[in-house]
Amino acid sequence: MNSPLPGDGETIGHFVSPAKFDPQAVEKLTPEQEKIYLASQWRLMWWKFRAHRVAVYSAVLLGLLYLSIPFAEFLAPYGLNQRFVDQIYAPPQSVHLFHEGRFVGPFVYARSYTLNMETLQREYQVDTTSIHRIGLFCKGEPYRLLGLVESNRHLFCARDDGTAFLLGTDRLGRDMLSRIIYGTRISLTIGLMGILISFVLGISIGGAAGYFGGWVDNVAQRIIEVLQSLPSIPLWLALAAIMPVTWSPLVVYFGITIILGLIDWTGLARAVRSKLLALREEDYVRAAELMGARPPRIIFRHLIPGFMSHLIASATITIPSMILGETALSFLGLGLRPPITSWGVLLNEAQNINAVALYPWLIIPVVPVVLVILAFNFMGDGLRDAADPYR
Amino acid sequence: MLIYIVKRLLTAIPTLLLISLLVFFIIELPPGDYFENYIAELQAMGETVDPHKIAYLKAEYGFDQPMIVRYLNWVGGMLHGDFGYSFEYELPVTDVVGNRLFLTIFVSLVTIIFTWLIAFPIGIYSATHQYSWGDYGLTFLGLLGLATPNFLLALILMYLANIWFGTSIGHLMDAQYLDQPMSWAKFRSISEHMVIPVIVIGTAGTAGMIRRLRANLLDELHKQYVITARAKGVPPFRALVKYPLRMSLNFFIADIGSILPAVISGAEVVAIVLSLETTGPLLIRALQSQDMYLAGSFLMFLAALTVAGVLISDIALAILDPRIRLSGGVRR
Repeated sequence: MNSPLPGDGETIGHFVSPAKFDPQAVEKLTPEQEKIYLASQWRLMWWKFRAHRVAVYSAVLLGLLYLSIPFAEFLAPYGLNQRFVDQIYAPPQSVHLFHEGRFVGPFVYARSYTLNMETLQREYQVDTTSIHRIGLFCKGEPYRLLGLVESNRHLFCARDDGTAFLLGTDRLGRDMLSRIIYGTRISLTIGLMGILISFVLGISIGGAAGYFGGWVDNVAQRIIEVLQSLPSIPLWLALAAIMPVTWSPLVVYFGITIILGLIDWTGLARAVRSKLLALREEDYVRAAELMGARPPRIIFRHLIPGFMSHLIASATITIPSMILGETALSFLGLGLRPPITSWGVLLNEAQNINAVALYPWLIIPVVPVVLVILAFNFMGDGLRDAADPYR
Repeated sequence: MLIYIVKRLLTAIPTLLLISLLVFFIIELPPGDYFENYIAELQAMGETVDPHKIAYLKAEYGFDQPMIVRYLNWVGGMLHGDFGYSFEYELPVTDVVGNRLFLTIFVSLVTIIFTWLIAFPIGIYSATHQYSWGDYGLTFLGLLGLATPNFLLALILMYLANIWFGTSIGHLMDAQYLDQPMSWAKFRSISEHMVIPVIVIGTAGTAGMIRRLRANLLDELHKQYVITARAKGVPPFRALVKYPLRMSLNFFIADIGSILPAVISGAEVVAIVLSLETTGPLLIRALQSQDMYLAGSFLMFLAALTVAGVLISDIALAILDPRIRLSGGVRR
């Protein structure tokens, strides 16, 4: 029996710790606790964000995709408009490692086509006797990297004058993979530009509505209500349809971003407004007012930074809807037009049922669309959780 | 209650007015008008136009008058059921739109019911089994639905339906029933063709709804009264059904306001891809040819449809949950 209590009749032995008495022992923090208490807000956010595994992976994926934007020419095996007339509607080629039971490294088989005179379809036969090895950093179509450095190196290609169309070719014999890589540029930046516009509009209008209240608030609320009750796609269609056909594709690109931004700001404005309605009663706002700060300074200098992290998180969640919007518009032929290439423009080619039935690889651009949208959603979730690290 | 309904109806009026202004502005924005396009088109084909006819038409429809007068004419006409004249179809707008609008409403309605049927059980399951594999899987499926562009899903499903079930491609009914009076066979044909559009339009809305329902129900489930109920020995299922579920039912109705615009949007795009006899393809054509009364009245119809839907959901909500109308009103 090893009871902590003394037995009957035993005297209670006194215990005196030999250690020095520290009156602040209870309040003292362990090093780990100290680290948390002393960490800055941004550091806390980072820790919280890091805990959300999927969000981190999504952020890495998106980061890589955005990084690839300036290097599209190098990453893409072929040029944007490089045509292979004898490889029209060629199905994707698969990469093999073993040739006749022997390891030769990654390679593709050569192929040739015949025209089926009944269906008028090109039929491709794989020639399993001749192989084209995949090489790295090989010479191809010349380009200017970042508009400065002239180069003709591409990340990979098929050696010995072979062709490697890992995702097939389209109706003009252009490599799908290369076009998807080029399309990343437009598709990923269009959301950012749109969110920029909607950020500016949302913060200014929502800020004014929340700070001034009264009739300003009423007017802003009505406008937001109207915009939110209009179905967005018909509105986009209407706005996109009024862009003259004579505009150059680049102007159309900016037009589309403006349209996307003009319709999207309402949600952000609402968030800003409701936050400001509460925050404007705070003492520090009164202090700023008494010191003679003008409303714009109070709103942008004192109020908005207080919940900027929330705004960024909620903006991240609306980027996907912009990317989808662009894709939908381009798919319907009202958005971007060739030669500008976005994922939506690529999908425009897959618009009819024939494409789905005969050339299913034409709908591959939907894969990056889905991936990017999922990634933005997960990252947005993580950011939203991280935006309030003190919880 | 009556006061609330009247007030709610009154606030819809300025909203509709603002929408009409916006719509008018949008359709007036592009340079030129339908007649200029029309003349250019005819001249391109080497034909001549009688300038008197054009001048007459322009005067008839007030194209020589300032913008504000035309706007007032347009709005004034709509108030007593005159939605203008479609130049392209040479028919009053109501005749062009009528039937198609009905189909749009029908498709939207079925889609919303479909969305509810799917989102409700999944949302409840996800909330009650938070962080379980089922929750993750269903959330992921929902997100996938959100992330896949509607139009492509439509194309692929249509292709599969054609292969597996032999459903004819496109349209909302088999070709022989077009322009036929409603009959049992026609109804069956329509319901067969409805499946794909409804699934496609529904996916995006369903995903959003599941997420919101889950978040809503989770908030409710963590409240003290649920703990009290459990502590008193109410079985888990009853504790769920009795109060938290009723709370989230309110939200269900309120959510119409946010999914209805999305449903109508989705319906438009999918209608274009699947060439359904709803409003989508007509709208695009009208916008492109600047057939302004048709396009304008169309946008107006769609907007009014959404406003009406939100209105109905608000009123239903006020009936279900008295707190809303009591706190929102002037009383007390």
